[in-house]
Amino acid sequence: MSALESKPAPPPIEKIRIKVDGRDIEVPRMTPDWQGKLQPTTMLQACALAGIDVPHYCYHPKLPIAGNCRMCLVEFGTPVIGPDKKPVLNEDGTPKMMRSVLPYEPAAARGAIACATPISPGMEIYASSAATKQMREAVLESLLINHPLDCPICDQAGECKLQEYSVDHGQATSRFAEEKVHKPKQVDLGPRIVLDDERCILCSRCVRFTKDIVGDDALGFVNRGSYNTLTHFPGKPFDNNYTLNTVDICPVGALTSKDFRFKMRVWFLKETKSICTSCGTGCNIVIGSRQEKIYRCEPRQNDAVNSCWMCDYGRLNYKWIGRDDRLTQVKRQNPSIHGPGGEPASSVSNWPAAVREISTKLRASPASSAAIVASARQTNEELYLLNKLAQQLSAITDAVPRSGQSDHLLLSADRNPNSTGARLAGICGDQMGSKLPKIAEGIRKGVIKTLIVFGEDVTKHGIGADLLGRLDLLIVSDILPNATTKLAHYVLPACAHAEKRGTFTNIKGRVQKFLKAVEPRGDARPEWEFLHELVFAVTGRNGFVSIEGLFNQMAEEIPAFAGITWASLGDSGVTIPI
Amino acid sequence: MIVKRKELSFWERLYLPAVIGGFKVTLRHFFKKKVTMQYPEEKWVVPDGYRGAPYLVKDQEGRTKCVSCQLCEFVCPPKAITITPPGPAGAPEAGNVEKAPKEFEINMLRCIFCGYCQEVCPEEAIFLMKDYSLTGSTREEMIYKKEKLLALGGVHNDRIQKWKNK
Repeated sequence: MSALESKPAPPPIEKIRIKVDGRDIEVPRMTPDWQGKLQPTTMLQACALAGIDVPHYCYHPKLPIAGNCRMCLVEFGTPVIGPDKKPVLNEDGTPKMMRSVLPYEPAAARGAIACATPISPGMEIYASSAATKQMREAVLESLLINHPLDCPICDQAGECKLQEYSVDHGQATSRFAEEKVHKPKQVDLGPRIVLDDERCILCSRCVRFTKDIVGDDALGFVNRGSYNTLTHFPGKPFDNNYTLNTVDICPVGALTSKDFRFKMRVWFLKETKSICTSCGTGCNIVIGSRQEKIYRCEPRQNDAVNSCWMCDYGRLNYKWIGRDDRLTQVKRQNPSIHGPGGEPASSVSNWPAAVREISTKLRASPASSAAIVASARQTNEELYLLNKLAQQLSAITDAVPRSGQSDHLLLSADRNPNSTGARLAGICGDQMGSKLPKIAEGIRKGVIKTLIVFGEDVTKHGIGADLLGRLDLLIVSDILPNATTKLAHYVLPACAHAEKRGTFTNIKGRVQKFLKAVEPRGDARPEWEFLHELVFAVTGRNGFVSIEGLFNQMAEEIPAFAGITWASLGDSGVTIPI
Repeated sequence: MIVKRKELSFWERLYLPAVIGGFKVTLRHFFKKKVTMQYPEEKWVVPDGYRGAPYLVKDQEGRTKCVSCQLCEFVCPPKAITITPPGPAGAPEAGNVEKAPKEFEINMLRCIFCGYCQEVCPEEAIFLMKDYSLTGSTREEMIYKKEKLLALGGVHNDRIQKWKNK
């Protein structure tokens, strides 16, 4: 029996031939819906396959279909079927089409909403016909009747579908002479959301998102007609951990983020593809920055990780990057001598001198007299380099575990972005943090004389200030000052993830890269850059000076990363077996 | 190549005829109508539509018309305009004004008086006025802040009052 016969063949993907704007295309009969279940392909999906965008507001590929905005109306036709159940042909042999028309006005086209109408064999979609255009213009005019002229103060301006479609299908002047209906403005919907009801076009994306994706049925519509208003359930603020996603999916400026409100116009923001570092899920994000300042983070679609969403906790966890007390200088410190403010006596050094001095001291230190406490917030490449250093020094290594409450959607209990990477790089065993007491014991006994700490405050994790005081050499690299940096002999200023490039491996083993959004502060440098220099100076073996080369070298050496390269990661990453 | 200088004649070498010629021109203008303006005591009246320095204006009720949309900052070719948006607080000092700039700076050393800011402004809040001579003794002094721009711009009598009925 051959391998082919033993496995049942996958059902062939059934295709349908249709015409979009006169062009013949073949589309699958069934397409996965927002939950991934196969459903009949809709006209909107078929048009997308044909490369034609049908304007829409309420339709979202990751939400159930509501079909209430009517913006995606298109004119269509179906083949005429004769009494013999065969298509009736024209004289030239083409199938005769029956355009959909209004039953009471046979000359006028009757549109169908493309988002919810399934295609049928032989169907013709007239996505750019005069009748389709007229329907779009009418729907848009109707949506704009009560819409305020808020664009100059609206945070959505620049990424607003209403603005974009107004340019495409709108009119220069309004025909509406009556007084506009005024609805509540600046409504406090919850701790992170402000609602402007006048701007709302009642697409119900937010209602469906919070009900069907989050499972918190918090939003709904009240009143009727022009007074139809979005609101939250009385007495229950809209405060789940995913509220800010409604700001992203709101096609207009009705739902705005309190955090981003009136801070920067969106067209100034430089968008950088990055990864959220607040938990082990590793949601794909886009960082919006201007003039080296981060203004917001938004989710980036990756169906293998986070779909189109991210949690509020991760989204708002970026402000520490811009803190004023960031470590910005390479410092040589003498913790035994204190200044008047309790600060250790220090002198400013520079990178070449610090790397030279540290490597000389590390080379002179006897084997097994050093220990390394790394952070699972560091990138795969940095942890790989740290492990190289540890191997040369025969040092004990470990990282600090960090956990919190997980939830049903995205938030992971592991609050380190790269725990898997730390394990794969050989920094820690299956039980992260289990070797920390051993390191503390080693220092107490005087066996460990040198400690290298990256990105963690070890005084909070069992290696107190008294123990650190016994060390001959304490090298600390961190982003923000803490109790450990105060006791260090060498302070090396490091970068936040938004200031460097690298890769993380999430809890499910997906290796994903992130890019640099802003410049590091002061003398701060990406850890992998100076670690590379340090490893070279200590071990004498050269590595790669670019992140691409370093990643590829790591992928060759660590079996779990076998076969992947920096380039093959792409924007959405690669899943490796763990 | 050496160009030979023309020899002066005796009459030219005398020097006096040239001096007399000069005095004749002076005397002629002495009795003519004066064209010189006593600048800076006396100032040139610029024609309508002149593009001088851009200033911010207030509406009849003293509200800042600018809503900090930053379109002028975006369109400004020499990047002379820097606006600090108000942040989530909106416009704390002004009642029902939903949004107003926290700070608005125009670097008059950079400004090229092109008028794009006036053209792009959706709120009719910035106008190129008739000031053409801007002076200062330091660079910082030439960066005009919001208060100064509003004081120089004055009130703009406008039928559209955005915040009046809000």
